[in-house]
Amino acid sequence: MEDAQLDAFVAAAEDGVDCDGLVAARRSGGDGQNEAAGEYVFAVDGDRRDNLDESTFRSLASDHSSYGGNWYFWERGVPPGDDRVAFLRWLEGTDTTQLPERLDRLESGVHATWGQLHVTVSLDPDGDAGEYSRQYALCHADDVTSDGADLTEYHDPLDARELSKLDEDGRYRPLKTAPTLQRGWHFPDLGPHELVRAVECFYPATIPNWYREGEGDLDIDNWRDTAERQTGIYEVVEELPREAVEWVAQACCVDSQCLKRREWEYDDDEELAAPAGDGEFPCREPCSLVVAAARKWTILEGESERTYEFELTPSEKNQLEELIDAVADGRVDDVREADVGDGANRYRARYLRAKRFDEDGNLCGVETTNGDGE
Amino acid sequence: MQALVIVAHGSHLNPESSAPTFAHADTIRATSAFDEVREAFWKEEPHFREALRTVAADEVFVVPLFISEGYFTEEVIPRELRLEGWDVTDWESGDGVSASHATYTADDVEKRVHYAGPAGTHDAMSDVIVRRAESVSGDPDVGEGFGLAVVGHGTKRNEHSARAIEYHADRIRERGRFDEVEALFMDEEPEVDDVTEYFDSDDVVVVPLFVADGYHTQEDIPEDMGLTEDYREGWETPATVDGQQIWYAGAVGTEPLMADVLLERAADAGADVGDAIEQVREGTRVSGPADD
Repeated sequence: MEDAQLDAFVAAAEDGVDCDGLVAARRSGGDGQNEAAGEYVFAVDGDRRDNLDESTFRSLASDHSSYGGNWYFWERGVPPGDDRVAFLRWLEGTDTTQLPERLDRLESGVHATWGQLHVTVSLDPDGDAGEYSRQYALCHADDVTSDGADLTEYHDPLDARELSKLDEDGRYRPLKTAPTLQRGWHFPDLGPHELVRAVECFYPATIPNWYREGEGDLDIDNWRDTAERQTGIYEVVEELPREAVEWVAQACCVDSQCLKRREWEYDDDEELAAPAGDGEFPCREPCSLVVAAARKWTILEGESERTYEFELTPSEKNQLEELIDAVADGRVDDVREADVGDGANRYRARYLRAKRFDEDGNLCGVETTNGDGE
Repeated sequence: MQALVIVAHGSHLNPESSAPTFAHADTIRATSAFDEVREAFWKEEPHFREALRTVAADEVFVVPLFISEGYFTEEVIPRELRLEGWDVTDWESGDGVSASHATYTADDVEKRVHYAGPAGTHDAMSDVIVRRAESVSGDPDVGEGFGLAVVGHGTKRNEHSARAIEYHADRIRERGRFDEVEALFMDEEPEVDDVTEYFDSDDVVVVPLFVADGYHTQEDIPEDMGLTEDYREGWETPATVDGQQIWYAGAVGTEPLMADVLLERAADAGADVGDAIEQVREGTRVSGPADD
């Protein structure tokens, strides 16, 4: 430990230190007596020494400089906020790997995944918080095996706002936790503040909500709470039928559509059947996209059903189902140009339209009837 | 620690809707006036609901990047931020343009939340409108020989919307810098469609009081004014309409000086912003034609 770190450690002992197996304290002199020798406590991994004078205390700290240096990083090197510190600790596996083994592992890099983000934590001897400072490399989880040379390098965490704005095909991503994060970029050398900032830009509010959940303090608003809170044009979502809420969750909230793990249910007493997902971070209430979509479905569900009669071959019925599946599963762009065996192939769809639609676009010439009694 | 949270509408459909919010946040961040500067949205993430937990500071200044007092600033944002005991009368506005700030706790975080009135009704907004006229004309002294139209929605969407437009038009007119200043509207008289009928000046700068460019400012208004037949083909600046030169500025919210209004709102609410206001005013100034 450098002198400045050692001084900081001695000062911190006043209030007590307890970090990764390192414990330090300074006993008050008892009844306000003058400070005297034998008042410091120092322990590493349970090996405890009491009644130490300052110079012995200092020398013990020097002998265990990796513990002291590690403490200094967590004391001085990390951003404010218990949630952010907890996240940084989780990234390097503080629950499962203790010092000194963890520091050895950090030498070669410790890996973690957060949604589609891949984080590599390593030591940065030149970092601002001493030789046990951490450095974070961030990239898309699917780019881990890429040679860094293939990836565009970024250093400003706020660039994550642009990187998360559009998907691989240049389409806008209004839902930040959709599994459509574009690839091809990396942040090779972020400090702890910058890493947290970048993650906050990629996946806003996931760190505080994950932390709250870990503390048993996640404030969940179920569907009913959320629907009843709405006003203005969204007030109608309160009228969405119970079973339709299931379909909303199936449509929007499963892992293929959103990486948050749904923790909200229909209400306090009724759970939804749709899978909640396996994501690392929780979803604490229906998001604005779900509410906006639910408004549309509420209006659509206000229509009454009626009977139509269509003449289709079995294959044509199958093809309609295949088309809906292809759109719902987002695989339309994957259908090969000449793969006419696939019902969602463009030529197949055009053929069906040519055969079965009339000039007004009605399937089998059957007009859509609007309103009761028409 | 003190944090600034800029709350804006955002969009599920338009990727550029949040761009001005981020740009102004970056400008303010560069002044180091706040320990943290964050953005939150109604239609993007982080949502208003989770805005306050994204900052570590226990003093949070929330400034709505909205144009007028009304549904969003008085009902939606306070509800979604979970401001305890929010009461619109705490703002002591009443005339639709005078809300300053009020302080609350929020029921999901242990912080003091200073909730400011909308950026659009702050007096400094008049300066941004004028600055917008300078930047679109490229002339830091624009005024003489020019008319200025301040454009907004009418009252159909929000009763206070028109009030904010008229307020700034009146203030700028009183300064006497422009030959003529008029408030025009999209969905009521006097309508922006007939802009040339309301001005005698050969040159008219048209500044829509909108936060971000989008459908209204980039499609509706340019076509309605006759700047272009089809917005997709773009338009000239200035464009000639009925023999007058129309300098169409696009959304005022994209003007860099807008960051100043957000800072002023936070400062009015008690934030210590040091010399940030001066820094922003200086740093966003329009330079005149280069001296040869």
